[in-house]
Amino acid sequence: MSGGSQPKAPRWALWLPLALFAGFVALVALNLIRPASKDVPSRFVGQPLPAFNLAPAADGRPGLSRGDMADGKPRLLNVFASWCVPCAAEAPQLAQLAAAGAEVDGIAVRDRKADLAEFLARNGNPFTRIGADDVSSVQMGIGSSGVPETFVIDGKGVIRYQHIGDIRPDQVPMILAKLAEAGK
Amino acid sequence: MIAEFGLAALWLAAALAALQLFAGALSLTQRGEGFGVIVRPVAAVQGLLALTALIALIVVFMRTDLSVKLVVENSHSAKPMLYKIAGAWGNHEGSMLLWVTIMGLAGGFVALVERRLPERTMLATLAGQAFVSLGFYAFLLLASNPFARLAEPPAEGNGLNPLLQDPGLVFHPPTLYVGYVGLSIAFSFAIGALITREVSPAFARAMRPWVLGAWTFLTLGITAGSFWAYYELGWGGWWFWDPVENASLMPWLAATALLHSAGVLAARNALRAWTIMLGVIAFSMSMVGTFIVRSGLLTSVHAFAVDPRRGAFILVLLAIYIGGALLLFALRAASVTEGERFAVTSRESALVFNNVMLTSILGIVLMGTLYPLVTEAMGEKVSVGPPYFNPMAAVFVVPMVLVLMVGPLLRWRADNLARVRMSLVVPAASLVIAAMVAAVLAPGKVLPIIGLALAPPLAIAALMPLRGREIRRVKLPTWGMVIAHFGVAVALFGMASDSAFTSEKLVAVHTGEAAAVGPWRVTLASIEPAAGPNWTAIEADLQASYNGGAAHGLHPQSRSFWTPPQQTNESALLTRWNGQLYTVLGDQTADGRWQLRLWWKPFVPMIWFGGILIAFGGMLSLLGRVASDLRRIVARGKIADRREGAAR
Repeated sequence: MSGGSQPKAPRWALWLPLALFAGFVALVALNLIRPASKDVPSRFVGQPLPAFNLAPAADGRPGLSRGDMADGKPRLLNVFASWCVPCAAEAPQLAQLAAAGAEVDGIAVRDRKADLAEFLARNGNPFTRIGADDVSSVQMGIGSSGVPETFVIDGKGVIRYQHIGDIRPDQVPMILAKLAEAGK
Repeated sequence: MIAEFGLAALWLAAALAALQLFAGALSLTQRGEGFGVIVRPVAAVQGLLALTALIALIVVFMRTDLSVKLVVENSHSAKPMLYKIAGAWGNHEGSMLLWVTIMGLAGGFVALVERRLPERTMLATLAGQAFVSLGFYAFLLLASNPFARLAEPPAEGNGLNPLLQDPGLVFHPPTLYVGYVGLSIAFSFAIGALITREVSPAFARAMRPWVLGAWTFLTLGITAGSFWAYYELGWGGWWFWDPVENASLMPWLAATALLHSAGVLAARNALRAWTIMLGVIAFSMSMVGTFIVRSGLLTSVHAFAVDPRRGAFILVLLAIYIGGALLLFALRAASVTEGERFAVTSRESALVFNNVMLTSILGIVLMGTLYPLVTEAMGEKVSVGPPYFNPMAAVFVVPMVLVLMVGPLLRWRADNLARVRMSLVVPAASLVIAAMVAAVLAPGKVLPIIGLALAPPLAIAALMPLRGREIRRVKLPTWGMVIAHFGVAVALFGMASDSAFTSEKLVAVHTGEAAAVGPWRVTLASIEPAAGPNWTAIEADLQASYNGGAAHGLHPQSRSFWTPPQQTNESALLTRWNGQLYTVLGDQTADGRWQLRLWWKPFVPMIWFGGILIAFGGMLSLLGRVASDLRRIVARGKIADRREGAAR
């Protein structure tokens, strides 16, 4: 029970807090200098699509099931809705992607057939298939939290990339690159 | 005019802070001693000027002066008055003004009342306080002017984030800020003591009330923030290990450790360098926390006030203040480390153990909070959540709680466990019983079982220091300790119970249908529209009955605000003595049913009740310290009078 406690701290230990703090400042400064990218990688990337089977959402285009997404060919899966303003803004980029040879499938979220038909008539229809996701169940199942979002799916039906928000014109080459990468 | 008046007051306050710094620094030199006399009055006036600026900003918000940019961005004429006032600090610029105001007022208060320390130490302390204030004044005036005008005032403002339109917001940030910024006093005391090499029990006794006050507010602020997140965010959780929550927890952990080590220094003149270190760390954590919130470096649910451009400014301030303080510590601490010695079994050792555990938890929280930054620097994005924090924190909380049952019973310097064994019998027995009961009731849930097993013995052990004492003669600080430690047990029980016994239901029902959750049966009676001053809502009328008893009404809402357009879910709570029913109204499904989220959370209110008890303990302790200080001053005055009388 006897014997002194509280040994005197060695000299270097007194500098330790300062050294740790310097590390913190360097780390934070590094992060401040680099341009912040806002995209959070989805934990669904690398995961196969869940099983689903959606009824057709628009006349003249078949519905969408997981089986359609795993036919050996990489493709884009666009989550959109006619009531979504950025989706209309995104339409020219989707058309551009389709013209460049990408197959684009769509999931229309909480939409009405008449509204969707009007939307496609006004903004063009780059979609091969459009599934109607009336209760957002597939949207939730693939980890999409809003519209528009675009997924790059490889030939085996595995999610390779998730793009949150609309595809802007300068992002089209990036999306095509991701698609080419998924095809390898 | 009012805005310009406020801005002028702010510039003047900054100028006085500069004067306070230079006069204080000069007074420490041999030739400049005469400057010392102006430091205290300048500090007081500086605080009042900052307060004037804050009041001017509040008035501008109350009038919804749309020529002021900040009002346009954060307010709206249709907002209720309470939120107009709270809107003044519910944004970046206003909250920084609140920060410097509290800092100025705290410094002024210290300058006016603190007379126990050597004058040189006080002057160095006040100069340090002014130095820190000056940086934040510069940040306000140069990078975030709250009074900036718009050339062309718009017809209406943008409104306030609806999540923030809640009575909680009115009190939560100011409370938390008093805590954060109150710790600046401990920081400045530590700087002053390092500069003049005066680290003594008197120093600890002078610093302790300020730490106690700040810590009490911090405890209340965190408790209120946790409750606010719990009912406002509608997720049913009360702590998310979110960076901003961690930012408030880290200074609290450091301040808790500081409070205990200052006790050792005051009573026994030991742990001298360590106490200084904690004084520096506590406020540093406040500043780091603010930086994390304001810079937008880490994504968080609190991301309402984020601006990356300002991050660089605050980072420079941090580097100067924290880096400078740590450098000073490294250079000077070697001359203050030696203190009194103590045995392994002693009150001191228990408190050292408590300090090591608290700082370890602080380290874990800090690492978990910064880890995403580290991995991002290596090109990978991750988010660290409860799976890391909960078990890692438990590793240190469990031994800390066990020692907490014994520590307060031990004597200073050296003691013998055999002497206190009678006080440990009951807690030990209850530990065994509680562990067995918990293991049966919540099989397989390791952490909740540990919590449920530790809480009852801790509650009993917390009361043990009262054993064998005459209750009326127990001193206030002892009451404070007992109540605060009891509060820890209460909160721990609430947390463990929440994670062990919560039942959750997500259902979709037609009106008239019922759902069961835990012992409750909840019927959706009707869905009605409702409206407020700046929102419309659909409101569910839920009738809930406990074990078939009488029905109670709950009215959760799904609100649509129109300025700015945003939807929020207003949860509705029903509290019983043994828990809380938590209900949230969701969307309507395609077939006309309504989604309801229901939780039954046994004993969950004890989390916040415990937090309030802890803060109450801090308040009692503070009152006791201040009262005994006052008595000492009065007694000293009487002795001086008597001497004078005798001399005559």
